[in-house]
This record gives sequence, structure tokens and C-alpha cells, in this order.
Amino acid sequence: MFDDLRDLYQELILDHGRKPRNFRRLEDATNHARGDNPMCGDRMELQLKLSGDVVEDLGFQGRGCAISMASASLMTETVKGKTTAQAHALSDRFRALAMTGTCPECGADLADEMERLQPLAGVHEFPSRVKCATLAWHTLNAALEGGKEASSE
Amino acid sequence: MSFDVRAIRADFPILASTVRGKPLVFLDSGASAQKPRQVIGAMTHCMESAYANVHRGAYYLSETATEAYEASRRAVQVFLNAARPEEIVFTANSTMAINLVAHCYGRGVLKPGQAVLATEMEHHANIVPWQMLRDATGIELRFVRVTDTGELDMEDLAAKLADGKVGLVAVTHMSNVLGTVTPAERIAQMAHAAGAKVLFDGSQAAVHRRVDVQALDADFYVFTGHKLYGPTGIGVLYAKHALLEAMPPFLGGGDMISGVSLAGSTWAPPPAKFEAGTPAIVEAIGLHAAIDYVTAIGMPAIEAHERALVEHAMRKLSEVEGLSLLGSAQDRGGVFSFSLDNAHAHDLSTLLDRAGIAVRAGRHCAEPLHQRFGLEGGTCRASFGLYTTPEEIDFLAAALVKAREFFA
Repeated sequence: MFDDLRDLYQELILDHGRKPRNFRRLEDATNHARGDNPMCGDRMELQLKLSGDVVEDLGFQGRGCAISMASASLMTETVKGKTTAQAHALSDRFRALAMTGTCPECGADLADEMERLQPLAGVHEFPSRVKCATLAWHTLNAALEGGKEASSE
Repeated sequence: MSFDVRAIRADFPILASTVRGKPLVFLDSGASAQKPRQVIGAMTHCMESAYANVHRGAYYLSETATEAYEASRRAVQVFLNAARPEEIVFTANSTMAINLVAHCYGRGVLKPGQAVLATEMEHHANIVPWQMLRDATGIELRFVRVTDTGELDMEDLAAKLADGKVGLVAVTHMSNVLGTVTPAERIAQMAHAAGAKVLFDGSQAAVHRRVDVQALDADFYVFTGHKLYGPTGIGVLYAKHALLEAMPPFLGGGDMISGVSLAGSTWAPPPAKFEAGTPAIVEAIGLHAAIDYVTAIGMPAIEAHERALVEHAMRKLSEVEGLSLLGSAQDRGGVFSFSLDNAHAHDLSTLLDRAGIAVRAGRHCAEPLHQRFGLEGGTCRASFGLYTTPEEIDFLAAALVKAREFFA
């Protein structure tokens, strides 16, 4: 009945949705932000530990659907160890990927990271679900900018 | 007329359509219902051959349109068994009707020191206008608790009325999340005994059962056209005539005045006092057609059909492993909110959509109620209309079983 949904709900996404990585509170966070999707009630609290220009560690807590949990989980794995400039670049590219399914601007740098996020590209076919995938990245931007709240509205 | 769901479905063109290659199973009528040809036809006819502005022109088309608009008001009067047509005010929807009462009765008649008593099971439309009133005037706002079964805690209602400060009780006649039908007659008696007026939000109830505002002794009763198989953009406020007379106007403009000079204006009598500007003429005519449609079938027949659907759905959904239903009220209508143990409401609705099933996911404009039950992440909701069939419910139940396997 739902076989064609395996593109959206790939095993990797279901796995990260069930067992999100870095789902914890950082004791020594330097930056944090809260992300809200008021339409569906998804909510996350993201914490970063910046060391100079490098995102040394990330942790998040919250609640949401499989897509938003998996996206947050993959985001923390992908961004860990990157510079803030790389984190911003990944955020821009991921949002293009989620909205259009492709990323023509994506160059050779960070190609491995984008490959890792590719399983979420299927969300672009589900307009009402794109925000589920982008919430974590909006929240990352807010945290990098030292902000407090992000909304996927 | 006997109830023939096949014939009824044939009246609704959209029900023959397919979604993603699957026959549409529309289970979101509680959000907005589909429209029968009779409504579509009446509105088209008006625009093609009987349209002009109302209450203005002394020419044939304007008189025809005015008569059709006022005939709709009389149809609503009969539908609700109101004492007189002047007690029917057309609004844009239920939300606007409640805002009208919050503004005109809340600010115009209630006094600081008095309270409004709503409940935890209200739609945001019956919470937020009262919060705005509270914040602007200092009028207190109280909420009746909801029990674990999803019913109003009537002892709490009595307790919150006891000090005599409550000037208005604002309560749903049927919950859009739990399906619970509230004991409206008893609530009205208790409110009146405590010196309060009572407003019923009939957005859900008026679609599913016969409403008699005089038998209920309702002071205010609101409903909306688009959930009653009519168009969007038209809603109804019923209010007792004396209350409408005592209330100041809502919006200012044309049609609501008796006379205007640059120094000041005088108000038209109700209902015109509350209908400033060109109203939703075509939509009012569509609402009339919708009322004629459900009346011809018969509200008791619709209620009986939906009662059978509710029993069928209770049985079928309770067989789905891992599914929890929100609320278990004795008296309930065809609205079922549920969660599945291993699937988030949004993932679930995406899956069901692939099977052609339209359900709502989220908090259904009732965030406080979801907080009350610890379901901040939301639920899925299946809501029925007069065209819903037992086979559609079977299909939903089967899809839910498959969805649970999908996420296993």
C-alpha cells in the first residue's frame, strides 16, 4: 500500500527517526536556539559548542515526526567538526535540496556531507513536509548567529 | 426521504475524484465539508442570472437578490428554530460570530469584575477572542476542566459559576477533537441559574444533529456554512433579540446605520446593525441551498446514519493494534482523534494520503486540549460527513494496520 513512500521514508531516515544521534543536552554549550514549527507542534532545542570558528559539538532535544527527528540527527552528525562558514554553506545547500530535490550550486567541496544528506531529498515532493526537514537547519542558523528562536514558518 | 448514501454521494462531484491514482476517501469534513451540486448550482444561478447588491437598488435584480438574501436568513431561522428572522446575523464564519459577541457583548455589556467561563475543550476560536477581551478590559477568564474521558467536568462547571461573577458561559456544543457532545440544555440551565448568559459554538454540532435554540434556551449560538456542505465566507450568529438590541454595533459602515451626518450616526435595528458593508450575498444563497439540502434528507436521518458510523468506527478502530483514541464520551459525534504508538501524526497522515485518505494531522486548533492530554505533538483526526460510508472506515482501519507495519 505504501511502497512508493520508501523514497521518502528510507531505512536511514526511519533509523535516525527512531534513534536520533546526539539527542542529548550539552553541558558546556556556547550557543543555543529553539526551533518551532507552529503548524504541527514540532519543537527542538539545539545546543552548540563553538571552539573558535569550529563547531566542536552539537546536541539537540525535542519532539517531532520521523522526518524532523531524522533531519536534526543527520544535521548534528554532518555539522560536527565543521567551521561556522561550512555549517552555513551546508545549511543553504540542504535547504535547496529539500525544496527542489537537487542542488545545482553544490560544488566539489562538502560533497561527501551532501551525499550523506541526500536521503532527505525526497521530501521535496511533499510540500507540506519540507518544513519538517528544514526546521533543524533553521535552528542551526539561529544558534550560529547567537539567536534564540527559529521558526520554520 | 429514506437515507441512501449512494444517492447522496452522487450529489457531491468531488467524491468521484481520485487522489494519487486512488479513489478519494475524504475523512476531513470536520475541517470543511464537500459541496453538493445543489449548493454549487444555486450559487452559479445567482451569479449568472440573479445577482446585484442587496438592500440598495430599487430595480428588479437588486430586489431579487435582496429577497434571496433575506430568504436565506429565514431558512436559517427555521433551521435553528429561532423565534424571529431578526435574530439571525450573517457573519463570515463561526470565528467572526464569536468575535462579534466578544466585542459587542463582552466590551459593550459585560463589566470589569465579571467573568467569562469557557472550557478546556474549546477550539481556538472560542478561546482567543475571550483572552483578547480579558487583556483589553480586565474581565476575568475561567476554564471548565475536561475529564479523562473527554467530557466536561460538570462539578467544576458548577463550582466556577458559584460566585455569581460569570456573565457569559462560552462552550462548544460538540468538540472538534473529541467528538464529545456537551449537555447543552443542562449547561444553559446552570448558566441561567447563576445569572449568566450562554453561547454555544455549534460549528460541529449543527452539522450532525437538529439544533433548537429555543429548546436549548441558548442566548447565543454560532455555526459556519462551510462545514454544513455550504460555501466558505458565510457564518451565522443567532442571538436573542433583546441581546442584539442591547449590544452596540460591531463594524461601522454602510447598511448598519439608520442615519449618518458628519456629526454622528444612528444605528439600524438588528440584524442590519451587525452587518456593515456589502454582505456575502452569493454565499448566503449557497448556505440556503445547503440548509435545504440537509433538511430534505432530514437531520434525524443524518444523525441516525452518523450514529451508525460512529459505532462502526469505534469497533473498527479499537481493533487496530497500537491505536489510542482520544476521548471516550458516551454522547459523541463522528469525529475521532487518535495516535498510533510508533508513528507521529504527520508521518501517519502522509502515509494515509498515499492511500487516498484525507485526514487532518496536528492539534486541530485546540492546543490547550492537546496539552491537557499530554499530546503536544498532535493527533490524527478522521471526521465524518453525511456521505461517509462504513467501507471508508474499514479502509482507514486497514490502512492504519499497514502504516503501523511500515514504521515497525
